[in-house]
Amino acid sequence: MASQQRLPAPYGLLIDRGKPCSFEFDGKGYIGYGGDTIASALIANQQWLMSRSFKYHRMRGPLTMAGHDANTLVQLKSAPNTLADKQLLQDGMQVHAQNVAGSLRRDWLSVLGSFAKFLPVGFYYKAFFRPRGIWPLWAKLIRRQAGLGVIDQSYSTAHNDEEFDKQYKFADVVVVGGGPAGLSAALAAAKAEEEVLLVDENKILGGSFNYLGAGYQVERDSLVAEVLANPKIEVLCNTICNSWQADHWLALVNDTRLHKVRAKRVVLATGSIEQPAIFRGNDLPGVVVSSAVLRLLNLYAVKPGDKAVVLAGNDEGYGTAQALHAAGVEVVAIVDLRDASNQPTIAQELEAVGVPIFSKSTIFEAQLDKTAQRVGKVEVRKITEPGKCAETGRFLECDFVCVAVGYMPSWQLPCMAGAQLSYDDASAEFALSKLPAGMRLAGSVNGAWQLDDVIAQGRAAGENRSAGPPESVPLNHPWPIFAHPKGKEFVDFDEDLQIADIINATRDGYSDIQLVKRYSTCGMGPSQGRHSALAAARLVADVTGRSVAETGVTTARPPVAAETLAVNAGRSFYPARRTNMHYRHAEAGAQMMQAGAWYRPAYYGPQDRAQQCIHNEVMAVRNSVGLIDVSTLGGLEVRGPDAGEFLNRFYTFTFTKLVPGQARYALLCNEAGVVIDDGVAARLHEQHFYVTATTGGVDRVFQSMLKWNAQWGLDVDIANATTAWCGVNIAGPDARKVLAKVCDSLDLSADAFPYMAVREAKVAGIPARLLRVGFVGELGYEIHVPQLYGEALWDSLLKAGEEFSIKPFGVEAQRVLRLEKGHVIIGQDTDAMSNPMELQMNWALARKKPFFVGARTLRELETKPLERVLAGFTLPIGAAQPKESCLVLEGEQMAGRVTSCAVSPTLNKQVGLAYVPPSAVEPGSVITIKCEGGERVDATIQALPFYDAEGARQAV
Amino acid sequence: MMLRGRDGCKLIAEKPKNYNAMPFGLLKYGLSKEYPAHQHFTPKTDLKPHYDVVIIGAGGHGTAIAYHLAKHHGIRNVAVLDKGYLGGGNTARNTAVIRSNYLTEEGVNFYRESVKLYQNLSNEFGYNIMFENRGQLTLAHSDAAIRSFRWRAEVNQHLGVRSELVDPQMIRELVPNLRVQDDARFPILGGLWHADGATARHDAVAWGYAKGACERGVELHQCTEVTDVRISNGRVVGVETPRGYVEAGCVVQAVAGMSSVVAEMAGIKLPIHSYPLQAMVTQPYKPLLEPHVSSPHVHVYVHQTSRGEFVIGGGSDPYALYNTRATLEQKESLASAVLELFPFLAQAKMLRQWAGVTDMTPDYSPIMGLSPVDNYYLDAGWGTWGFKATPICGQTMAELVATGRAPELITPFALDRFYDFRQVNEAGATAASH
Repeated sequence: MASQQRLPAPYGLLIDRGKPCSFEFDGKGYIGYGGDTIASALIANQQWLMSRSFKYHRMRGPLTMAGHDANTLVQLKSAPNTLADKQLLQDGMQVHAQNVAGSLRRDWLSVLGSFAKFLPVGFYYKAFFRPRGIWPLWAKLIRRQAGLGVIDQSYSTAHNDEEFDKQYKFADVVVVGGGPAGLSAALAAAKAEEEVLLVDENKILGGSFNYLGAGYQVERDSLVAEVLANPKIEVLCNTICNSWQADHWLALVNDTRLHKVRAKRVVLATGSIEQPAIFRGNDLPGVVVSSAVLRLLNLYAVKPGDKAVVLAGNDEGYGTAQALHAAGVEVVAIVDLRDASNQPTIAQELEAVGVPIFSKSTIFEAQLDKTAQRVGKVEVRKITEPGKCAETGRFLECDFVCVAVGYMPSWQLPCMAGAQLSYDDASAEFALSKLPAGMRLAGSVNGAWQLDDVIAQGRAAGENRSAGPPESVPLNHPWPIFAHPKGKEFVDFDEDLQIADIINATRDGYSDIQLVKRYSTCGMGPSQGRHSALAAARLVADVTGRSVAETGVTTARPPVAAETLAVNAGRSFYPARRTNMHYRHAEAGAQMMQAGAWYRPAYYGPQDRAQQCIHNEVMAVRNSVGLIDVSTLGGLEVRGPDAGEFLNRFYTFTFTKLVPGQARYALLCNEAGVVIDDGVAARLHEQHFYVTATTGGVDRVFQSMLKWNAQWGLDVDIANATTAWCGVNIAGPDARKVLAKVCDSLDLSADAFPYMAVREAKVAGIPARLLRVGFVGELGYEIHVPQLYGEALWDSLLKAGEEFSIKPFGVEAQRVLRLEKGHVIIGQDTDAMSNPMELQMNWALARKKPFFVGARTLRELETKPLERVLAGFTLPIGAAQPKESCLVLEGEQMAGRVTSCAVSPTLNKQVGLAYVPPSAVEPGSVITIKCEGGERVDATIQALPFYDAEGARQAV
Repeated sequence: MMLRGRDGCKLIAEKPKNYNAMPFGLLKYGLSKEYPAHQHFTPKTDLKPHYDVVIIGAGGHGTAIAYHLAKHHGIRNVAVLDKGYLGGGNTARNTAVIRSNYLTEEGVNFYRESVKLYQNLSNEFGYNIMFENRGQLTLAHSDAAIRSFRWRAEVNQHLGVRSELVDPQMIRELVPNLRVQDDARFPILGGLWHADGATARHDAVAWGYAKGACERGVELHQCTEVTDVRISNGRVVGVETPRGYVEAGCVVQAVAGMSSVVAEMAGIKLPIHSYPLQAMVTQPYKPLLEPHVSSPHVHVYVHQTSRGEFVIGGGSDPYALYNTRATLEQKESLASAVLELFPFLAQAKMLRQWAGVTDMTPDYSPIMGLSPVDNYYLDAGWGTWGFKATPICGQTMAELVATGRAPELITPFALDRFYDFRQVNEAGATAASH
């Protein structure tokens, strides 16, 4: 077990030295502390190497220690691609390196790096396809190397769905970022009596205060204490604002919870992203940005190493060198890209303690140490002109390299909101402009670096006013990029892209920055260009003779930081709808089927006797009486003085003349004349229709009604009451006798309550709407009762029907019954082109009406010859049974298709519906059907309906 | 190899073809001292005053038309203009699904030819578009879906497309890690297996066509927006751009996502409503999913790219819009839906979410062919089916432009079908399958 080295307090703001945590990395045991990240604990144990890179399997160690780069992606069992510098260490944790071939130390695929010259930018476009047919083999091989972490396929949140959830929030002001700017903004807004939500991605508030060291502790503590004590401020730490959407709709991810927040306004105090320098070997473990060094020291009390070389393009490098010196690290040298520091006194102080400063110099190359696991020495060379070095240099031994060459503002959220990121080529400074109304920036994201400026900007943003321009601090070196003849100067660590790759992309003709990205994959990796966008833009600008501002960066898209699909899914919500009689069906042994979100009985009985059960149910309806649950049918209440007029315009039939107490078939077309739904419209009162719609179609119908009514502006109210009603259809020759037993307040005689009439009465003491309709072709009543009475109604009717051998029937039997009657099912016997004429339903079109939806099209269509007709066909039992959707052929040409087909127990033959050519529609014509598998069968066309053509059985 | 030095370079420079057998094609990159750069596209030049053909839109379709005009019809005085960068519209935004399991005879015949062309495109270009024949599985969770899939399977098989209705057992074999359980909220009752289903590197399709077109003299002008279309006596005569007026013998519009806007410049009203369509992608993970899997019922489809990322998409946004913003709601819904099929993807991390704009026609089929304006050709209405049609559309549209007559394969897709009630309805074969 390796030993860990820590600095004494006050170093280590985040760690709890009283809580040692033992964990394993790649099978080896280590000790860290509570509050450590995996990465900080590993570095405390001198383990810098954490994973292997995407393309060349190069060694990867942390770059930022802020959870912003993809260098630290490691594997936990059910959490691949875990950020080691973000993930808190837990006792007993088992961590593995990722994308390793062989072992982490000796990865045999790292040999790919030696062939980098043969893998130029976009190499996969240039090769692997000749000779013809070879590509699939290469594709397989290349694909095998793809990807980073391994997904644990046994993992599921389904058994544990309380783990992930969502919360809606509202705030006057959301402040993103809890550093000095954000804290000040939150306090200022709260002072103005605004409700503030302050979010920060880190474990504690403080932002840069925390890692800048003990010198800021007093300021930090007082600001944080004030914020935490303020009742107007709600603080969410460990929370990242991952997207901004119109009208300040924010997605905040806090571990396993997604907070969806609507804010009146937003203050972004999101800071900046420190950028790497580009030189050969800049990706070796141990080469880090200066803020990473400060984080290691101050947050985790970890001494990154014993011998540091600091590459400085700004004065922060000197500050970090001082901090390192103070922590007992030997600063081997400061290599300054500039002629001199802007703060000569600090430089003098450092020189006084023996730190040599090489000015106008750069690290030309970093090399491994003798363990071949982390950086061991650097070659320093004089800079002769921007990006160019002297022919020779000197080697300095070190065990880590600290790079301080500049920052990019966190541009993602503002750019998602439409802001423009600009760059001044002369000063190398960024600016974000054109923010949407209600969004303000504060702190370094807005170019403020001096603490006074930062706090002033925070206050101003909190008070919703703009602050004056901050003092300019020259932090960004304009060209920290040094090409090496042997390459390996990495611009993008995620994708292993070197300087030449970016330049060569433009030389291949891909000079737009978007094309550079797509062709080279620069910025497409997990860190989404955080550390590559600037260098890539600079290189592309340089080589194409444009400014960096003109070149720009690629589009920022959500999420800002990686988030699991689980947190987005939350508790997946797919509601299941069950009718009030659901459990009665289950008790009766029903096989349930899904109909949209509903469950409906398909038939009653065991699966292996399905056909027999369905036949028995059919025969019960034909011979005595059956009962079916029709609660899932859509129910729409259309009320108001214009209710009749509304339906007249909406459906194809005439409804204005329908007298209360009558019902009528309602056929719905869209503007293209396509049949899209049907049902029954029953006029309960002069100003009130109860309209049924298909189970699957009612939502669409309701939406469409609202849409049309918004256009027509009629005096009518429309409500979707589907789930307010339960319904049954009691059908069969004995239906009236059964109903009479439980409905004595209503005259059920044929004269008093004829076919297609509607009545309101009590059934078994339950207030009900009764409709005499005939979908299944027998004497029948649809009885609709308030939803909660469904089960009671069902029980009463079954009991009353006992003496008539009443039998519940399911959807399957109903399909056979209606097919025998030649009734179509919208969606099954119709498709996206079916018009009423094709369905032989011209009878349902009211031609004298001035208008109904689709009328104009239908009038046009009626002038043209029909292209197909839905016709009935029969086949003897014993002939092959065509399945629904099998083709009707004319010769070898497709000429139509079967939409329904079943054995009719009533008629003792197969009956079906099929689209056939108009030439074949005459009864007695023969059509050829191609059954599944190819067998042809000849069927005979028969006039519809197959059963009870006169309708004598239903209108009794 | 590295030591071969100058001689090696020379040899390669003189006889490049010998080294085209792969992966030797990469040798020149490793062996030459200088990067053997070869500009794939026209370097920026001034616009000429006149082109025989001006193509508006440098996406896959526009560049494919230019390619075929130059290669097969000898028409090389062609300019492809784009307001943005090459392939930066829906070519960049689509999720690279290639399939031909449509519903109508016209549709299946058309897309079937497209898939065939795709299979050979890399070799035709000398540029690898990374076409991968992974197969596509569409899931049925209701008996209505089974009926509709059987319809497609029967039509597809009749027209020579590999497409079949499969049962849950077969689905388990095709995609072993798919959740095919009876206790699922939406049990999988069957599926439509389309063995011809495939994917390719979408950007590379436009790049390959553009490269081939530019090599044959076509001019590619990026960042050159057409701001107006000039028409004289019912005939198009040229286009306006911020870089000046350009005279054109004929004009083709190939601007998916902006079809009706551009057509309107030519005074043509298209029956199109444009809706955003969103998609998202995860970080890369080790490969575990071979085919493309979609479920129209929960509105999601997913496949794993050759980089290891999971690309996830679904249905269009519910309202018309030209904005390509991504919404939180769609992300939540896609995540939730994909976990119904592959619960273990819960751990996968989102990398990026984006949107394109889909030009939806009333019948879910494209509009290709002549327009009411003479010499102005339409390549429009590509909804969610544009990428997969790129090669065949390029070929047939080029023939139309070159000869003035629409090839048989695209005559059913002419604009006038909407006036004559001859729609080619693919509504049943497009939902959440793309």
